[in-house]
Amino acid sequence: MLVAGDLLIFSMFFIVLLSYRNQEAALFAVSQRSLDQRYGAFNTLLMLSSSLCVALGMKGIRQPGGPSPRTRLYFMSAAVLGVGFVIVKSFEWAARIAMGQTINSNDFFMFYFMYTGIHLLHVLVGLAVLTVLCVVGGRERVEPGTVRLAEAGGIYWHLVDLLWIILFALLYLLK
Amino acid sequence: MRSRESPHPVSTWLLLLAATACSLVIGEALVVPLGRYAGAVVIAIAFLKVRWVGLDFMELRRAPRPLRRMFEAWSLLICATLIVLYLT
Repeated sequence: MLVAGDLLIFSMFFIVLLSYRNQEAALFAVSQRSLDQRYGAFNTLLMLSSSLCVALGMKGIRQPGGPSPRTRLYFMSAAVLGVGFVIVKSFEWAARIAMGQTINSNDFFMFYFMYTGIHLLHVLVGLAVLTVLCVVGGRERVEPGTVRLAEAGGIYWHLVDLLWIILFALLYLLK
Repeated sequence: MRSRESPHPVSTWLLLLAATACSLVIGEALVVPLGRYAGAVVIAIAFLKVRWVGLDFMELRRAPRPLRRMFEAWSLLICATLIVLYLT
Protein backbone atom coordinates (compact mmCIF):
# COMPACT_ATOMS: atom_id res chain seq x y z
CA MET A 1 0.00 0.00 0.00
CA LEU A 2 2.91 2.32 0.86
CA VAL A 3 4.48 1.58 -2.51
CA ALA A 4 1.20 2.20 -4.34
CA GLY A 5 0.65 5.47 -2.47
CA ASP A 6 4.16 6.65 -3.24
CA LEU A 7 3.75 5.77 -6.90
CA LEU A 8 0.51 7.75 -7.06
CA ILE A 9 2.04 10.79 -5.39
CA PHE A 10 5.07 10.75 -7.65
CA SER A 11 2.80 10.26 -10.66
CA MET A 12 1.18 13.56 -9.72
CA PHE A 13 4.65 15.11 -9.41
CA PHE A 14 5.60 13.93 -12.90
CA ILE A 15 2.37 15.21 -14.46
CA VAL A 16 2.71 18.60 -12.74
CA LEU A 17 6.34 18.89 -13.92
CA LEU A 18 5.45 18.31 -17.57
CA SER A 19 2.42 20.61 -17.31
CA TYR A 20 4.64 23.44 -16.07
CA ARG A 21 7.18 22.55 -18.72
CA ASN A 22 4.55 23.11 -21.41
CA GLN A 23 3.89 26.60 -20.11
CA GLU A 24 7.57 27.59 -19.92
CA ALA A 25 9.16 25.34 -22.54
CA ALA A 26 12.02 27.70 -23.43
CA LEU A 27 12.96 28.35 -19.79
CA PHE A 28 12.89 24.64 -18.98
CA ALA A 29 14.98 23.80 -22.04
CA VAL A 30 17.66 26.37 -21.20
CA SER A 31 17.77 25.42 -17.51
CA GLN A 32 17.83 21.71 -18.28
CA ARG A 33 20.82 22.17 -20.60
CA SER A 34 22.83 23.49 -17.66
CA LEU A 35 22.45 20.18 -15.82
CA ASP A 36 25.46 17.89 -16.12
CA GLN A 37 24.07 14.62 -17.49
CA ARG A 38 27.13 12.76 -16.28
CA TYR A 39 25.95 13.14 -12.68
CA GLY A 40 22.51 11.85 -13.61
CA ALA A 41 23.86 9.00 -15.72
CA PHE A 42 26.35 7.91 -13.06
CA ASN A 43 23.65 8.03 -10.40
CA THR A 44 21.46 5.89 -12.63
CA LEU A 45 24.27 3.35 -12.87
CA LEU A 46 24.63 3.37 -9.08
CA MET A 47 20.89 2.95 -8.50
CA LEU A 48 20.46 0.15 -11.04
CA SER A 49 23.49 -1.68 -9.67
CA SER A 50 22.23 -1.25 -6.12
CA SER A 51 18.88 -2.72 -7.12
CA LEU A 52 20.70 -5.66 -8.73
CA CYS A 53 22.54 -6.31 -5.46
CA VAL A 54 19.25 -6.24 -3.53
CA ALA A 55 17.67 -8.66 -6.01
CA LEU A 56 20.64 -11.03 -5.63
CA GLY A 57 20.53 -10.64 -1.85
CA MET A 58 16.84 -11.51 -1.76
CA LYS A 59 17.55 -14.73 -3.68
CA GLY A 60 20.00 -15.58 -0.92
CA ILE A 61 17.49 -14.85 1.85
CA ARG A 62 14.95 -17.16 0.24
CA GLN A 63 17.22 -20.07 -0.61
CA PRO A 64 16.38 -23.32 1.26
CA GLY A 65 19.59 -23.53 3.27
CA GLY A 66 19.31 -19.97 4.52
CA PRO A 67 21.51 -17.00 3.61
CA SER A 68 25.05 -17.62 2.45
CA PRO A 69 28.01 -15.31 3.25
CA ARG A 70 27.42 -13.67 -0.14
CA THR A 71 23.88 -12.65 0.85
CA ARG A 72 25.10 -10.14 3.40
CA LEU A 73 27.78 -8.97 0.96
CA TYR A 74 25.12 -8.22 -1.66
CA PHE A 75 23.12 -6.08 0.77
CA MET A 76 26.26 -4.30 1.96
CA SER A 77 27.20 -3.60 -1.65
CA ALA A 78 23.71 -2.24 -2.26
CA ALA A 79 24.13 0.08 0.73
CA VAL A 80 27.56 1.27 -0.40
CA LEU A 81 26.16 2.04 -3.86
CA GLY A 82 23.27 3.87 -2.20
CA VAL A 83 25.70 5.97 -0.18
CA GLY A 84 27.55 6.64 -3.44
CA PHE A 85 24.31 7.97 -4.90
CA VAL A 86 23.91 10.37 -1.96
CA ILE A 87 27.50 11.59 -2.31
CA VAL A 88 27.19 12.16 -6.06
CA LYS A 89 23.89 13.98 -5.56
CA SER A 90 25.53 16.20 -2.92
CA PHE A 91 28.36 17.10 -5.30
CA GLU A 92 25.84 17.79 -8.05
CA TRP A 93 23.75 20.09 -5.86
CA ALA A 94 26.91 21.88 -4.68
CA ALA A 95 27.90 22.45 -8.30
CA ARG A 96 24.46 23.87 -9.14
CA ILE A 97 24.46 26.14 -6.09
CA ALA A 98 27.99 27.34 -6.88
CA MET A 99 26.65 28.44 -10.27
CA GLY A 100 23.92 30.41 -8.56
CA GLN A 101 21.17 27.92 -9.36
CA THR A 102 18.95 27.30 -6.34
CA ILE A 103 15.40 26.21 -5.59
CA ASN A 104 14.35 29.86 -5.95
CA SER A 105 16.04 30.48 -9.32
CA ASN A 106 13.13 29.52 -11.55
CA ASP A 107 10.40 26.90 -11.91
CA PHE A 108 12.71 24.29 -13.47
CA PHE A 109 15.18 24.46 -10.59
CA MET A 110 12.33 24.53 -8.08
CA PHE A 111 11.17 21.18 -9.49
CA TYR A 112 14.73 19.89 -9.83
CA PHE A 113 15.70 20.54 -6.20
CA MET A 114 12.30 19.64 -4.78
CA TYR A 115 11.86 16.36 -6.62
CA THR A 116 15.46 15.18 -6.31
CA GLY A 117 15.32 16.28 -2.66
CA ILE A 118 12.20 14.23 -1.93
CA HIS A 119 13.78 11.32 -3.78
CA LEU A 120 16.94 11.74 -1.71
CA LEU A 121 14.86 11.47 1.49
CA HIS A 122 13.51 8.19 0.13
CA VAL A 123 17.12 7.06 -0.48
CA LEU A 124 18.08 7.90 3.11
CA VAL A 125 15.13 5.89 4.45
CA GLY A 126 16.14 3.15 2.03
CA LEU A 127 19.66 3.09 3.46
CA ALA A 128 18.17 2.37 6.89
CA VAL A 129 16.13 -0.43 5.31
CA LEU A 130 19.28 -1.82 3.65
CA THR A 131 21.04 -1.78 7.03
CA VAL A 132 18.29 -4.04 8.39
CA LEU A 133 18.60 -6.28 5.31
CA CYS A 134 22.34 -6.57 5.98
CA VAL A 135 21.55 -7.85 9.50
CA VAL A 136 18.93 -10.30 8.21
CA GLY A 137 21.27 -11.42 5.43
CA GLY A 138 23.94 -12.23 7.99
CA ARG A 139 21.78 -14.79 9.82
CA GLU A 140 22.10 -18.54 9.33
CA ARG A 141 18.36 -19.03 9.12
CA VAL A 142 15.56 -16.61 8.33
CA GLU A 143 12.01 -17.26 9.57
CA PRO A 144 9.20 -16.99 6.99
CA GLY A 145 7.81 -13.88 8.66
CA THR A 146 11.21 -12.20 8.47
CA VAL A 147 11.55 -13.22 4.83
CA ARG A 148 8.32 -11.37 4.07
CA LEU A 149 9.54 -8.29 5.93
CA ALA A 150 12.81 -8.46 4.03
CA GLU A 151 10.88 -8.72 0.77
CA ALA A 152 8.97 -5.58 1.69
CA GLY A 153 12.28 -3.83 2.36
CA GLY A 154 13.67 -4.98 -0.97
CA ILE A 155 10.58 -3.79 -2.81
CA TYR A 156 10.93 -0.37 -1.16
CA TRP A 157 14.49 -0.05 -2.46
CA HIS A 158 13.42 -1.08 -5.96
CA LEU A 159 10.71 1.59 -5.77
CA VAL A 160 13.40 4.18 -5.01
CA ASP A 161 15.27 2.95 -8.10
CA LEU A 162 12.11 3.03 -10.22
CA LEU A 163 11.33 6.61 -9.22
CA TRP A 164 14.87 7.70 -10.09
CA ILE A 165 14.59 6.09 -13.55
CA ILE A 166 11.62 8.37 -14.31
CA LEU A 167 13.15 11.45 -12.67
CA PHE A 168 16.36 10.98 -14.66
CA ALA A 169 14.41 10.87 -17.91
CA LEU A 170 12.16 13.85 -17.14
CA LEU A 171 14.76 16.15 -15.58
CA TYR A 172 17.96 15.27 -17.48
CA LEU A 173 17.05 13.78 -20.84
CA LEU A 174 13.99 15.61 -22.18
CA LYS A 175 14.93 18.48 -24.47
CA MET B 1 0.69 -16.45 -22.32
CA ARG B 2 2.80 -14.17 -20.13
CA SER B 3 5.83 -15.75 -18.56
CA ARG B 4 5.88 -15.96 -14.75
CA GLU B 5 9.57 -16.72 -14.62
CA SER B 6 11.91 -13.76 -14.32
CA PRO B 7 15.28 -13.81 -16.04
CA HIS B 8 18.38 -13.81 -13.85
CA PRO B 9 18.77 -10.40 -12.15
CA VAL B 10 22.08 -9.81 -13.95
CA SER B 11 20.31 -10.17 -17.33
CA THR B 12 17.72 -7.61 -16.24
CA TRP B 13 20.50 -5.27 -15.07
CA LEU B 14 22.30 -5.54 -18.42
CA LEU B 15 19.04 -4.75 -20.25
CA LEU B 16 18.50 -1.75 -17.97
CA LEU B 17 22.02 -0.46 -18.65
CA ALA B 18 21.55 -0.91 -22.40
CA ALA B 19 18.23 0.94 -22.29
CA THR B 20 19.84 3.76 -20.28
CA ALA B 21 22.61 4.04 -22.87
CA CYS B 22 20.02 4.12 -25.68
CA SER B 23 18.05 6.89 -24.01
CA LEU B 24 21.24 8.93 -23.47
CA VAL B 25 22.08 8.62 -27.17
CA ILE B 26 18.53 9.39 -28.27
CA GLY B 27 18.26 12.32 -25.88
CA GLU B 28 21.45 13.86 -27.22
CA ALA B 29 22.38 12.70 -30.70
CA LEU B 30 18.96 12.07 -32.21
CA VAL B 31 17.15 15.21 -31.07
CA VAL B 32 17.71 16.92 -34.42
CA PRO B 33 16.47 14.13 -36.70
CA LEU B 34 13.65 13.05 -34.37
CA GLY B 35 12.66 16.45 -33.04
CA ARG B 36 10.18 16.33 -30.18
CA TYR B 37 9.64 12.62 -30.80
CA ALA B 38 13.08 12.01 -29.28
CA GLY B 39 11.63 13.03 -25.93
CA ALA B 40 8.65 10.75 -26.40
CA VAL B 41 11.01 7.85 -27.09
CA VAL B 42 13.05 8.75 -23.99
CA ILE B 43 9.88 8.62 -21.84
CA ALA B 44 8.85 5.30 -23.41
CA ILE B 45 12.29 3.78 -22.73
CA ALA B 46 12.10 5.03 -19.12
CA PHE B 47 8.84 3.19 -18.61
CA LEU B 48 10.21 0.08 -20.28
CA LYS B 49 12.91 0.20 -17.61
CA VAL B 50 10.24 0.81 -14.95
CA ARG B 51 8.43 -2.31 -16.19
CA TRP B 52 11.58 -4.43 -16.00
CA VAL B 53 12.32 -3.19 -12.46
CA GLY B 54 8.74 -3.93 -11.44
CA LEU B 55 8.35 -7.32 -13.07
CA ASP B 56 11.85 -8.70 -12.46
CA PHE B 57 13.51 -6.92 -9.53
CA MET B 58 10.25 -6.42 -7.59
CA GLU B 59 9.20 -9.88 -8.85
CA LEU B 60 5.70 -8.80 -9.86
CA ARG B 61 5.95 -11.42 -12.60
CA ARG B 62 5.37 -14.01 -9.86
CA ALA B 63 2.88 -11.90 -7.91
CA PRO B 64 -0.91 -12.45 -8.02
CA ARG B 65 -2.15 -11.47 -11.47
CA PRO B 66 -4.37 -8.56 -10.29
CA LEU B 67 -1.32 -6.91 -8.69
CA ARG B 68 0.76 -7.37 -11.81
CA ARG B 69 -2.07 -6.06 -14.00
CA MET B 70 -2.46 -2.96 -11.80
CA PHE B 71 1.24 -2.22 -12.06
CA GLU B 72 1.28 -2.69 -15.83
CA ALA B 73 -1.86 -0.57 -16.21
CA TRP B 74 -0.36 2.20 -14.07
CA SER B 75 2.89 2.10 -16.08
CA LEU B 76 1.04 2.32 -19.38
CA LEU B 77 -1.31 5.06 -18.21
CA ILE B 78 1.39 7.32 -16.76
CA CYS B 79 3.72 6.70 -19.71
CA ALA B 80 0.97 7.63 -22.18
CA THR B 81 -0.08 10.67 -20.13
CA LEU B 82 3.47 11.98 -19.93
CA ILE B 83 4.10 11.41 -23.65
CA VAL B 84 0.88 13.25 -24.57
CA LEU B 85 1.76 16.10 -22.19
CA TYR B 86 5.27 16.32 -23.63
CA LEU B 87 4.14 16.35 -27.24
CA THR B 88 1.36 18.93 -26.84
